[in-house]
Amino acid sequence: MINEEEVRYIADLASLKLSEKEVEMFSKQLSDIVDYVEKLDELDTEDIVPTAYTIPVKNVFREDKVKESLSLEKVLKNAPEKQADQFRVPKIIEED
Amino acid sequence: MDNKYETIIGLEVHTQLDTKSKIFCSCSTEFGSEPNTNTCPVCLGLPGTLPVLNKKAVDYLIITGLALNCEIAFYSKFDRKNYFYPDLPKAYQISQFDLPLAKNGYIKVETEEGIHRIGITRIHLEEDAGKLIHEGSIDQSSGSLVDYNRTGVPLAEIVSEPDIRTPEQAREYLNYLKKTLEYLKVSDCNMEEGSLRCDANISLRLHGNKKFGTKVELKNMNSFKAIEKALAYEQKRQRKMLENDKKIVQETRTWDENKSKTISMRGKEEANDYRYFPEPDLVPLEIDEKWKKDIEERLPELPAVKRKRFIDEYNLPEYDADVITDSRDLADLFENSVSEYKDAKVVSNWIMGEFLRLINEEKTAIEDTKITGQLLAKMLKMIDQDIISSKIAKTVFEEMFYTGKDPEEIVKEKGLKQISDQGELESLVEKIIDENPSVIDDIKNGKDKAVGYLVGQVMKETKGKANPQMVNKMFKEKIK
Ligand SMILES: [Zn+2]
Repeated sequence: MINEEEVRYIADLASLKLSEKEVEMFSKQLSDIVDYVEKLDELDTEDIVPTAYTIPVKNVFREDKVKESLSLEKVLKNAPEKQADQFRVPKIIEED
Repeated sequence: MDNKYETIIGLEVHTQLDTKSKIFCSCSTEFGSEPNTNTCPVCLGLPGTLPVLNKKAVDYLIITGLALNCEIAFYSKFDRKNYFYPDLPKAYQISQFDLPLAKNGYIKVETEEGIHRIGITRIHLEEDAGKLIHEGSIDQSSGSLVDYNRTGVPLAEIVSEPDIRTPEQAREYLNYLKKTLEYLKVSDCNMEEGSLRCDANISLRLHGNKKFGTKVELKNMNSFKAIEKALAYEQKRQRKMLENDKKIVQETRTWDENKSKTISMRGKEEANDYRYFPEPDLVPLEIDEKWKKDIEERLPELPAVKRKRFIDEYNLPEYDADVITDSRDLADLFENSVSEYKDAKVVSNWIMGEFLRLINEEKTAIEDTKITGQLLAKMLKMIDQDIISSKIAKTVFEEMFYTGKDPEEIVKEKGLKQISDQGELESLVEKIIDENPSVIDDIKNGKDKAVGYLVGQVMKETKGKANPQMVNKMFKEKIK
C-alpha cells in the first residue's frame, strides 16, 4: 500500500508537481504495482544470495587512455540556453 | 581541556585520483581546460551511452586501501546515487553504496597528547560532478553556468570512524592522508584545484556517555587550517550551548574566514533520500588475491616508516627526518645522494637549505627540477677534495638545479676551481697585508678576530675561489 503522503514524497524527490486528483490516482496505481510485485514473496529465497546482476560477467575495463572528446559545438548543440561555452541553467533556488 | 564534554569528530575526504582519463569515458581529466572541452556523450549523460570502468582508477583505490590498512573487498559493485542538481547531468552519481572497494582500515597519528588510532570506515570509488558558476551574487543572479569538464573525474571517498577527539587530531589525520596519497602518487592533493576536499561532522557528549550528541556537518572549507579552526570554533560553540541547556540543531555549517566563525548554510540540506540501487550499466568487480598481491608489491615505503628508518639508518636528527620525508621525491633525492656520499647530515643540510630555498623561490615541484642525488654527491666530494670551496659550491649547486649539468663541467666552464696553489695564495696574502697596516697592528695587539677580515679580503679578490683554510693559516703564520 502506497498512501497519498508517500506519493507526494516520491513526487517531490522526482521534482514532479501533482494535482490532488493525480495523487489519489497514483496512490492507487502504485499500490497495485507493489501488490503485484509482492507476489514474488511467495517464492522461497532462503538459500539464495541477493543478486544484483543477472549475467555472469565481471571485471570489464578500459585502459587509462585519453581519446578525443566531443567538439564544443556538438556538446552545446542540445543546450536549451548557453553562454560563454557553458550550459546556462535557471538559478538554483535555495529552499527554506 | 578541562570540561565534562567529549568531542566526537568524523571526517569525509574526497580526493581526485590522478588518472589521465575519466573514470567511465576517455575524456581528459586535465585541470584548467576551456569549459566543456573535455566532455563526451558518456560524461554528459546523453541517452544510450554506457560507462566503461577505467582500470587505473581501481588500481589506485586498491593501493590507497592497502596503505591505509584496509581490507580490500573480494566482491564489489557500483550503485546509483540519485539526486537533482544541474552539475550532475545524469541526475544520478555513479558511486558505491553497500559494497565499497575498501573498508575497516586505520591510521595512527601523533599529537602532543600522544599517539592516537583513527579508524577508516570505508574507501569507495565514485565520479565527480561538474562545476557550477553563479552569475553575479547568489541572490541577484538569474541563472548559473555549468562546465562539465570535471564530471566523471575519478574520486576516492575516504570516510573515517568517529574516532577523532580534537581539532589537532583532525589536522594530523588530514596531513597523514595527504602525505600518504602523495607518496602513493595516486593524487596530487591540491586543495586549491579541488583535488582534495574535506567535510567534517562534529558533536559533543558527556564523558562516559555511549550515545552520540546531535551532530553538525561542516562543509566547503578550503584549507586544513580552515578545517581545524572551524572544528575548534564548533567545539566551543556547542559546549557553550550545552552548558546553557540549549539544544544543538542538526544542520550544515561552513567556515567564514572573515568573521572567524562557523555560519549556518540554511536550506542547503533537506533530508536526503538518495534511493541507491545497483548500477545496471556496469558489471561487478572481483579483486582476486593475485591482483591484490601485484599491487601490494608496488606499495612504496610509507612516510612514517621512512622517517623512522632515516633516523635509525642515517642518524638523522628528528627534525631533518621530518623535513626530508615530507615528500617522497625529497626523500628519494636524499637517499640517492647518500648512497654515493656517506655523510648523511651534510646531504640533509644541502637539501633542507639550498635545495628547498630554490624550490620555494622558483615555486617549482621537486620532481620538475634537474638536480639528482648523484650530482649532489659528486659536488659534495669536490668540496671534500678542496676542488671547490663550500661558498662556490652554492653557485655550482644553483647551476645544477637549473640545468642538471655535471658539477665538474660547471666548475670548468665558469672557472670556479678553488685556488689552492701555495705560491699564488701567498702573493695575495702578502698584498693584503701590505694594504692593511692598521689591521695588522690590531691583530698584533691581540684582536685575533680581525684575521677574518683579511681572509675576507682575499676571498673578495679571488671572487670566492681562494681556499679559505689555507689563506687563514698563512695570515696566522705571517702575522706574529
Ligand atoms: Zn567523457
